[in-house]
Amino acid sequence: MADAPQIPDEAEVRARWGGFQWTPENAEQAKKVIARYPEGRQQSAVMPLLDLAQRQVGAETQTQGWLPVPVIEYVADQLDMPYMRAYEVATFYTMYNLAPVGRYHVQVCGTTPCMLRGSDDVLAACRNKGLVKGHTTPDGLFTLTEVECLGACTNAPMVQINDDNFEDLTYDSMTAILEDLASGKQPRVGPQIDRQTSCPEGGPTTLKEMVSENHDYRGQW
Amino acid sequence: MSDAPAPAPAPFVGPLDDKDRIFTNLYGFQDWGIDAAMKRGDWDNTKALLEKGQDAIIEEMKASGLRGRGGAGFPTGMKWSFMPKESKDGRPSFLVINADESEPGSCKDREIIRHDPHKLIEGALVAGFAMRARAAYIYIRGEFIYEAKVLFAAVEQAYEKGFIGKNACGSGYDFDVFVHRGAGAYICGEETAQIESIEGKKGQPRLKPPFPAGAGLYGCPTTVNNVESIAVAPTILRRGASWFSGFGRENNKGTKLFQISGHVNKPAVVEESMGIPFRELIDRHCGGIRGGWDNLLAVIPGGSSVPLVPAEQIMDAPMDFDGLRALGSGLGTAAVIVMDKSTDIVRAISRISYFYKHESCGQCTPCREGTGWMWRVMERLRTGDADPSEIDMLFEVTKQVEGHTICALGDAAAWPIQGLIRHFRPEIERRIAENRGGAPIMEAAE
Repeated sequence: MADAPQIPDEAEVRARWGGFQWTPENAEQAKKVIARYPEGRQQSAVMPLLDLAQRQVGAETQTQGWLPVPVIEYVADQLDMPYMRAYEVATFYTMYNLAPVGRYHVQVCGTTPCMLRGSDDVLAACRNKGLVKGHTTPDGLFTLTEVECLGACTNAPMVQINDDNFEDLTYDSMTAILEDLASGKQPRVGPQIDRQTSCPEGGPTTLKEMVSENHDYRGQW
Repeated sequence: MSDAPAPAPAPFVGPLDDKDRIFTNLYGFQDWGIDAAMKRGDWDNTKALLEKGQDAIIEEMKASGLRGRGGAGFPTGMKWSFMPKESKDGRPSFLVINADESEPGSCKDREIIRHDPHKLIEGALVAGFAMRARAAYIYIRGEFIYEAKVLFAAVEQAYEKGFIGKNACGSGYDFDVFVHRGAGAYICGEETAQIESIEGKKGQPRLKPPFPAGAGLYGCPTTVNNVESIAVAPTILRRGASWFSGFGRENNKGTKLFQISGHVNKPAVVEESMGIPFRELIDRHCGGIRGGWDNLLAVIPGGSSVPLVPAEQIMDAPMDFDGLRALGSGLGTAAVIVMDKSTDIVRAISRISYFYKHESCGQCTPCREGTGWMWRVMERLRTGDADPSEIDMLFEVTKQVEGHTICALGDAAAWPIQGLIRHFRPEIERRIAENRGGAPIMEAAE
């Protein structure tokens, strides 16, 4: 817990977020989410609603979003659960930001499969663009976090920036992505080399018919 | 000895023909949507599969020899059979599908969900029906944001076609499928932690018993299955148990998605027969080891929690549960992490130790304190800033963590370190000696 973020100053946060309410679309979405769970089990919806709230905060602040205490309270109230139970969830799961982040949350995977394929270079590219682990750049554009395995290991090294994965990175392609984002351009999502998803580079070794047509193999069963 | 039985035919261990691959849209060259999926054979008269009856489906799954694809390798059909056949007290049963793919090295469920989601949803119906479940919750890890979007949309499509929901596929059986997104916690891949998480709590594993089949989600009978185990079920039922059990060695049957990462020329996910030799898997699908086979140092064959295997032992080993267990490791999720001789092997394992330190849920002391302690010692071994006796001490501590926690995360943190010490002790000792300016290591006086 030593590396847990400082919970930002309470009074200021309350002044800014004390009146948090769902937008009409999100209120609708929240209802849909709660309906996924049996009656009386609405606490199950706490994770999706915290995510929704974080996204709404993000939309209002032009960042990836975070969860101020009054927002967590709002979600807990709606689900009729004690604030502490919701706060517990918000602090347990890493995808909830407990402090403000930048416009782009650059999450570099540093776990062994990515490390073997060069996540050090990816982090070096971030460093050389002025990104510091655990901090937001002074212009508010980038927050850098080293995260644990994001489940794209055959496309290592990879980074998740807000909702998008960028895979098969090198120092140069990571630098280019950061430059694109800084200048307001949307870089290409997915593998940064000439490769279809997790298919071997250079083309598939299996199921080659699928490349050009939606082949039905049942005829050969 | 003329009456000796004829020798059993050699087991088929690959390579698979394309016609025997289950996940034909694995790479997403084609559309994941329901119409394209139906042209590939999904949702093809699912009603007929259900009409086989619940017990017949479970028997067929048992006969297929399918072992759970989430890592532990428990027989899937048997797991389904633990569910109550009728509810004596009115409690419904639930199927929970574990798509919290977070084991470093694993990336197969992601491919199933974003490119062949209908195999999973059809499997959910078939499996849920067989175990008499009222609904399935698919728990997808939070970081799979795009994949979750696809899955939500695919579930929507299946409802629109009437394949799930009331009177699913015209079978008269009502079955719902819900998607629940996680939010970044490796531990939620553990079945009881996952159930806690769906209930809206911290993902901390529960003590067993009671086992989920008795009291799981919302206190109701629950089975938790991996995505791959569920997604292969419809194809097994269509083609028959004997088709599936025709691949692989005894007790290690079927086809499997292998995920090869690390120092191969072309990392990839590929479906192959269980038991395919390591060398063939790499040469055929991944363009060989980077720098050639002589450059191979070690392999972690089943995701970060299994011990590594040195090059000379793995090269011709069969890639299945028993073959890798014989090498003191395991198949796990078949997430093959390959390391060549340029690897700082101590750092590679130390980074895994950091992973477990980060992901420990904090519930059991041996794990909460032990993972951090082990990582800190590993970091000193990495730089050689340690005493030689600390190698044995570290090994001893891993044994103290292993088996003394509620869930297997403690074990998973211990095994990689044990594998490192077992196979690369001279390398650790070399670093310590080097750090001391090359002075020979003296044994302490007794």
